[in-house]
Amino acid sequence: MNRVLEPLRARPLLAFALLAALLAALPFLVGAGLGNSWVRVLDFALLYVLLAIGLNIVVGYAGLLDLGYIAFYALGAYLYAWLASPHFGLHLPFWAVLPIGAAFAGLFGVLLGAPTLRLRGDYLAIVTLGFGEIIRIFMNNLNAPFNLTNGPQGMNLIDPVKLGGLSFGKTLHFHGLTLPSTYLYYYLFLAFTLLAMFVALRLRDSRIGRAWAAIREDEIAAAAMGINTRDMKLLAFAMGATFGGLAGGLFAAFQGFISPESFTLWESILVLCMIVLGGMGNIPGVILGAVLLTVIPEALRYIGDLQRATLGHVVVDPSDLRMLLFGTALVAMMLFRPAGLLPSRQRKREFAAEDGVAAQEQSSLYDTKA
Amino acid sequence: MDIFLQQLVNGLVLGSIYALVALGYTMVYGILELINFAHGEVVMIGAMVALSVIGALMGAAPDLPGVMVVLAGILVAIPACMALAFGIEKIAYRPLRRAPRLAPLITAIGVSIILQNLAMLIWGRQYISFPPLLPRASFEFFGAHITLLQIVIVALALTIMAGLWLLVEKTRLGRAMRATAQSREVAQLMGVNVDRVISATFIIGAAIAAIAGVMVSAYYGLAHYYMGFMLGLKAFSAAVLGGIGNLFGAMLGGLLLGVIEALGAGYIGDLTGGFLGSHYQDVFAFFVLIGVLVFRPSGLLGERVANRA
Amino acid sequence: MTLLSVENITKRFGGLAALEEVSLSVQAGEIYGLIGPNGAGKTTLFNCMTGLYTATSGVVRLEDVEVQALKPHQIVKRGFARTFQNIRLFANMSALENVMVGRHARTHASVIGAVLRCRKTRAEEAGIRERAQELLRYVGLANKSRSLASHLSYGDQRRLEIARALATEPRLLALDEPVAGMNPNERGRMGELFRKLREGGVTLLLIEHDVKLVMGLCDRVAVLDYGRKIAEGRAEEVRNDPAVIAAYLGGEA
Repeated sequence: MNRVLEPLRARPLLAFALLAALLAALPFLVGAGLGNSWVRVLDFALLYVLLAIGLNIVVGYAGLLDLGYIAFYALGAYLYAWLASPHFGLHLPFWAVLPIGAAFAGLFGVLLGAPTLRLRGDYLAIVTLGFGEIIRIFMNNLNAPFNLTNGPQGMNLIDPVKLGGLSFGKTLHFHGLTLPSTYLYYYLFLAFTLLAMFVALRLRDSRIGRAWAAIREDEIAAAAMGINTRDMKLLAFAMGATFGGLAGGLFAAFQGFISPESFTLWESILVLCMIVLGGMGNIPGVILGAVLLTVIPEALRYIGDLQRATLGHVVVDPSDLRMLLFGTALVAMMLFRPAGLLPSRQRKREFAAEDGVAAQEQSSLYDTKA
Repeated sequence: MDIFLQQLVNGLVLGSIYALVALGYTMVYGILELINFAHGEVVMIGAMVALSVIGALMGAAPDLPGVMVVLAGILVAIPACMALAFGIEKIAYRPLRRAPRLAPLITAIGVSIILQNLAMLIWGRQYISFPPLLPRASFEFFGAHITLLQIVIVALALTIMAGLWLLVEKTRLGRAMRATAQSREVAQLMGVNVDRVISATFIIGAAIAAIAGVMVSAYYGLAHYYMGFMLGLKAFSAAVLGGIGNLFGAMLGGLLLGVIEALGAGYIGDLTGGFLGSHYQDVFAFFVLIGVLVFRPSGLLGERVANRA
Repeated sequence: MTLLSVENITKRFGGLAALEEVSLSVQAGEIYGLIGPNGAGKTTLFNCMTGLYTATSGVVRLEDVEVQALKPHQIVKRGFARTFQNIRLFANMSALENVMVGRHARTHASVIGAVLRCRKTRAEEAGIRERAQELLRYVGLANKSRSLASHLSYGDQRRLEIARALATEPRLLALDEPVAGMNPNERGRMGELFRKLREGGVTLLLIEHDVKLVMGLCDRVAVLDYGRKIAEGRAEEVRNDPAVIAAYLGGEA
């Protein structure tokens, strides 16, 4: 592996060009090799990468465990549906709806974060989980007396992304080139993902990123260094929520249909799994985690075929195995490789730290010696 | 007025089940400062195991009195849950005692997912109904309808709570538990086998969870692989409401949450002019949880949990 | 000129009074020592002054501005920084990164600035790095800038904590037992650093156990015992104060 990568490291421009070419060609390669349904999987993988990058700002950078992250995804998606579907007869263009949805989710992030961010980490986890469930229960029930969400049936016929005369919902024929809708969305999602990556990386290497890392390591010391810990945590929360809302809007436009089903707690946990598996705090790790956890369940479908071929019938439904595998992966990762597959340097050290850091983290945040 | 009384009764019955489950959360949190996310699934496994035993017994010995059959189910479920909790602690939590805080919480979520999906593979996706084995006698009390089962649930819950209180206050093990909760290091220096105390805490919590699991499935007449999740969250909310780490807090919080939920579900329609209906029942627990953590993070009877006010 | 004045600070934990009606004032440019037996309330007083605790009653003034109700970060911004008795470095960051965090209060880049990385942000970032290097050199850690904080020796960790606090540009620096656990040689070198800091215009407030070091270094000293101030004055005056002798001898008997 290293022998292949080494020459590329020496020529970053070449590596960059190769990577760009690969990303551009990917849907065609996947479409030709595995079939067009896999391009759709690819699209979802990108959406999850976007979500994971957002959650990573909250969990990986600032060290706040958010178990209700999918609520922000839901808010973005519902807002998109309200403003661009026959439900209210509104059909605003996506370039207006997406930012509104992202801001809407970000606003909710601030509303939830402002009172709760002073709580200790594990309490924050439960409160965010509760928030996620509250949002889902409301989406499920706000169809009466005033039909806001259409309840469990969800909302349909959501406008696809339209750019000028180009609708992403239809196959594009362009100088003999045929680009189905999933291919078009791939490039759109790719653009947003790259943008999110860029933002996340720039933030990490800034004064703000350092403040987050300081809070994650020792909140009291961070405050004693002049960091407004409350505002910084709120900022991380709001940034994460904004990314979630953006991804939600894209999801609604892509699917054309949303329902509370898509926004259960397990989705939140799935995204958390992605960053835990890949490596908290580290963007390449997070991307790897998101791609793996989107692709593996799809690949698991073949287990069903395999059972049918070898045993004659399906003994274990592969979709039942999916969550079981995720749960096992979470436990195994924490026990054996807590920093993830591709950990960030600092996170690796934090998890490897024996008494020192852990004791510091365990001890109450007060200076206990009076 | 009779609706109010009826909802109050229903709330107290539900609340005493919450209280039993909340005890498990609060005991573990008191000692390890860990939210044992998987505790709700232990309750579910208890219900499932008991139902399997009950089903088998009904097939094998159809003449056995119903109460005996249910009792046998409970008696098998208790050790099963104890063994399960012992294993969970040993495999998933113990190696992480010195890890950063988030690590054991994440494994706890993982264990919860594993148990839920194993239960789904073993017992299937469908609801399992609790056979009509228990006497269905009921009474009228100031216009409220009270079943024998409800009385038994509350009485049994109170007995268990009293027993637990005696255990913690009056026995050697209880003293060791309290010492460990105060300071693990000091307890260890004083010759307490901390590992054993922690195991015991999980096991006791699981035994109570098993009983609560049977109660809740008998009360609703149903069991489902997903039932532990919401129940666990509500019980945790109850523990926080009462003041986590505090046994009386868990009991008080459980009862209170049960009543809040029942009254809330009964009256929310009127209160909001029909805008919100009783299907928002599950929301109350979370609002209570968020409200308590924001305004009084120490809960009603507990120590403070927030970093800084 | 009085830089810091503490007036009748009381701090109770439940029924226990950790501090009772403690008052003291620190003049700009001096080295002020705070001594007392274990558990006398020295660190509690520090925590009350720097915003980690809220005092039960009393006033803390930093140059005539009341700060007792402010949050720690606001107090840092007003030029009052501190170190911790049980060193609280960011253990998994390098020495340089630790000091760079200290520049937070004196820099401004926002999310937009950080993402766009415009010329202003780049200049600020370069400034942060440069200043951090300078401070590491100042405390004698120039060649350790890339080491992890947790890999530094105990003495170096203390120095790094001081560099990190200095990065916030304090006028007043409070040091909580900065030479605890050091050998006489290291203590001597720390003493030199403190004098150098004072010459550089930083006022020092020092908690210390080592009476000899305090007496040699401090212009004025206050003595706490059981949460009360039992003496204050020039070092040689305090040394001969019968109440102080009784507190120390009584504490050791």
